[in-house]
Amino acid sequence: MSKDLSNAKSMSIIVTKGTLDWAYPPFILATTAAAMDVKTTMFFTFYGLPLLLKKLDLKVSTLGNPAMKMPMMGMHMSMPNLAAMMPGATAATSVMMKNLTKKKGVASIDELREAAVESEVEMIGCQMTMDLFEYEQKDMIDGIKIGGAATYMENAINSDINLFI
Amino acid sequence: MTQAGDQELDAKGLNCPLPILKAKKALKEVPDGGTLHVLATDPGAVADFEAFCRATGNELVEHDEAGGVYEFLIRKTG
Repeated sequence: MSKDLSNAKSMSIIVTKGTLDWAYPPFILATTAAAMDVKTTMFFTFYGLPLLLKKLDLKVSTLGNPAMKMPMMGMHMSMPNLAAMMPGATAATSVMMKNLTKKKGVASIDELREAAVESEVEMIGCQMTMDLFEYEQKDMIDGIKIGGAATYMENAINSDINLFI
Repeated sequence: MTQAGDQELDAKGLNCPLPILKAKKALKEVPDGGTLHVLATDPGAVADFEAFCRATGNELVEHDEAGGVYEFLIRKTG
């Protein structure tokens, strides 16, 4: 059946955060939107840009985030800032989060990103951020586009939904 | 629900948004007018499959729950 795409919706997301927790909302929404026939564009800038690196090394810290409570022994526990700043605390918290997502059947960011590529979500890396933090396109996954604010804006003007995450 | 679909998808144990993403993929293998039968354990899948079908123009023929397992029968009309 040839699909009538004249009514197709579109969405753009500006991705500005690259920690293990904040990587989830943009990838979940982008992949779900694509599954619901929404043409989707993601623009990766500042700390969101490393989410396009071939090798992802995502971490999460409880430091300065008192809202982050992990389920533990039937309760919810947060880590005092003083403990969260100790060497190894970020690595331990990140491992804990990854184990938790696996246990609960939540996709990894690698999986979601793969699904985004597969479902033809357009991904744009911010040129200025690449210059600023010294990243090269050869370190990024294939199939992405590199551009600036105007490239994003052209997408945003034509989108029904524009999100900043 | 005892009906089997033209295509089966076992999404048990998977959490949001994986059941939807896998269903979308599986629907590609279903002929127009054919059905996809999905099993899931994510309680959020009920609202999500209803929304997914409304937005994509596919028909949620029926859904059911038994012992914590949710079943969906989707007809590919979208």
